[in-house]
Amino acid sequence: MTPQDKSGGRVAFAPNWGARIGWLLLALYVVYAGSQLGFSPERFSTGIEHGHRFLVRMFPPNFSRWELIAGGILESLQIAVIATFFGILLALPIGLLAARNLVPGWISWPTRGFIALCRSFHPIIVAILFVKAIGFGALAGVMALIVASIGFISKLFAEAIEEISLKQVEAVRATGAGFISTLIMGVQPQVLPRFIGFATYQLDSNLRNSTMVGIVGGGGIGAALFTAYQRFDFDVVLAILIIIVSLIMIAEIVSGWARRVFQ
Amino acid sequence: MTPAATGTAHGGMSVPEVDRALIVRDLYKEYRSSQPVLRGINLTFPGSGLTAIIGPSGTGKSTLIRCVNRLVQPTSGEILFRGQDLAKLSGRALRNARRRIGMVFQEYNLVERLTVMENLLCGRLGYVPVWRAWLRKFPEGDIQRAFDLLDSVGLPGSASQRADALSGGQRQRVGIARAIMQEPDIILADEPTSSLDPKTSVEIMEILQQVARERAIPVIVNIHNVELARRYASRVVGMTGGNVVYNGPPAGLTDTDLKNIYGGESWME
Amino acid sequence: MTVADVLHRDWQRFTPLQRLSRFAFYLFAVAALVASLRTIDVIPEFLYDAPDQMVDLVGRMWPPDLSYVGPTLKGLIETLHIATLGTIIAIVMAVPVGLLAARNVTPNLTLNLFAKFVFVTSRSINSLVWALLFVAVFGPGPLAGTLAIAFRSIGFTGKLFAEALEESSKGSIEALAANGASRLATLLWGYWPQVRPAFWSIALFRWDINIRESAVLGIVGAGGVGVALDTAMNLLYWDQVAVVLIAIFVVVILAEILVTVVRARLL
Repeated sequence: MTPQDKSGGRVAFAPNWGARIGWLLLALYVVYAGSQLGFSPERFSTGIEHGHRFLVRMFPPNFSRWELIAGGILESLQIAVIATFFGILLALPIGLLAARNLVPGWISWPTRGFIALCRSFHPIIVAILFVKAIGFGALAGVMALIVASIGFISKLFAEAIEEISLKQVEAVRATGAGFISTLIMGVQPQVLPRFIGFATYQLDSNLRNSTMVGIVGGGGIGAALFTAYQRFDFDVVLAILIIIVSLIMIAEIVSGWARRVFQ
Repeated sequence: MTPAATGTAHGGMSVPEVDRALIVRDLYKEYRSSQPVLRGINLTFPGSGLTAIIGPSGTGKSTLIRCVNRLVQPTSGEILFRGQDLAKLSGRALRNARRRIGMVFQEYNLVERLTVMENLLCGRLGYVPVWRAWLRKFPEGDIQRAFDLLDSVGLPGSASQRADALSGGQRQRVGIARAIMQEPDIILADEPTSSLDPKTSVEIMEILQQVARERAIPVIVNIHNVELARRYASRVVGMTGGNVVYNGPPAGLTDTDLKNIYGGESWME
Repeated sequence: MTVADVLHRDWQRFTPLQRLSRFAFYLFAVAALVASLRTIDVIPEFLYDAPDQMVDLVGRMWPPDLSYVGPTLKGLIETLHIATLGTIIAIVMAVPVGLLAARNVTPNLTLNLFAKFVFVTSRSINSLVWALLFVAVFGPGPLAGTLAIAFRSIGFTGKLFAEALEESSKGSIEALAANGASRLATLLWGYWPQVRPAFWSIALFRWDINIRESAVLGIVGAGGVGVALDTAMNLLYWDQVAVVLIAIFVVVILAEILVTVVRARLL
């Protein structure tokens, strides 16, 4: 009913103390965290100065070492494609094993735990571990991204399976179809469009990460980028960045087409 | 909802009727070139009472109404109201003119996640500074007027409910109340009953007719339902194909006129 | 129609053009895969050796060195600050650009494209690279890390925010225009109530991702627990590395649970 104020008149808006306190806490946190992290006006002003000098050294971008760059980009593409393919391949059975409506709990829970493990670590960390375990090079990068792909795709795949309408599956079963046929006509049509979305998203993500794993020894263009950075060749850094960004934009466009074609 | 309670001179009582009229001159609108929706409309809407605009779908009724408050931009022509040509206004002048024109929509157009009271106060957004609105510090008079309006449209005690918790008929009442909160000099209603069941439609038309009477301002209503138009309007405008083909009292609306407007007899059976 | 005509109607799931496009994509995907597999520079011995090496590494991580818990926790707290503050800064920057990107809020095509360009740039540059850039400008430390997270998150949050704006119902906005409300009033009373749930959902989502991202920035010197991780790895103290990894895992899971719970309450 309508709130009343002290004189018995009608009050339209009771003050929302919860929200006000929330915003106040947020503001206090920002100040606190800022001080903890060493934000200060002096650092900003020296930073702006540095930034200006830095930007000047980046322009114009230097593409002179284009063979090196092309090789690195190619390797990054290879890493991304292979990791996505094998990652998806492995993610499908794992996702299936994590779907609570298809398998019993003593299988699904450990599987979910495994998937969570794959997802928790940034691909860079996983890449470092693989580099230390199996040596420098593209293989470590591929393995790291396979782990990342499994973490992402299995989870979403399992969720998609859990969400499917069992009625449709039942209906197909009722026509006398076997398990595989049920999968194809009952499960797959519901899951496929979303699956294409996941797959293209993961390819994109792997491509972005494959350009970086080189920084820690996992192959690809990242190594060239890091080397140029450490040598203060910022114009080369800018050139590599431009190519990486263009590559990612192209990949996004292609993903968009793929999604539309498979709708 | 008596005029005395509004405490304003703008409502209509102190202004001669002829000055409260809305005059449309040579109004022309085409969305795509050489496909005009309004073909040079010349109309004078009386300064009081409820005027119903009838006609088949797509005939420009909605376009005509929306040209008045410029939700649609006229291609050419004049719209004269209270000493201004509404077609020529822009920026702040347009906003100021709009706040004096209340509008009721077919789909109610409330902000669903806001409460009924907040939706009503939208009608004052043209009059209060933004910071006040954001902090919900509206003038006390506005708040009390809102409560009174809710009582008078038959929704007492609903001020704290969220708009999406209401039924269609209730939402439309809030929509009308919102328009009245603006203290408008005119109210436009674009098919206010088309989304409502017959009983609720009658209730809404009753309210609109009452508003026209008590506030002494013109209320212009687009409506499909010819029966409702006949019952509640003091004047009927019939449109077809972007032209006005009837402009007179509801009693004078003959079957021939209706045939001109709607074409063919089969629908009348 | 004769029986022959009826028998002749065959049913096809996809039009010829669709079939061709789908086939083209399959072909392209297979070709890319085969090309990659054939040309990638992988030493076969490393591949066969890999499982043994991995087991060896895991063995060296156990048991974890509990004396390292102190520095790890310190680094984790710093990581959380970086992630949270970075997300907040990102949102503050993303909201105005998002308003520019939404076609219904800003009907100006040039501004729309400019805003979208800002988003794409932000999203395409990895947070590690942003960290490298900011370390070069501001020196190593959490300041660089926070700004890296912030600049990387603008694209993600802004794009989703703009999409939420574009999905808001036109009708209520029209009504506010008819009320004579100014643009700012329309934003606050018309758009904000509609996008508010999406806004918080996006913010939480990005915060969750940023925790993971912030953990690695230390590897390039941008603060957080990544520094502790990097130090331990360089010294090959794998049992300390294990401590850091476990800590990161726990924090990530906790953050996800928190986000899931809050989101359930929001919706």
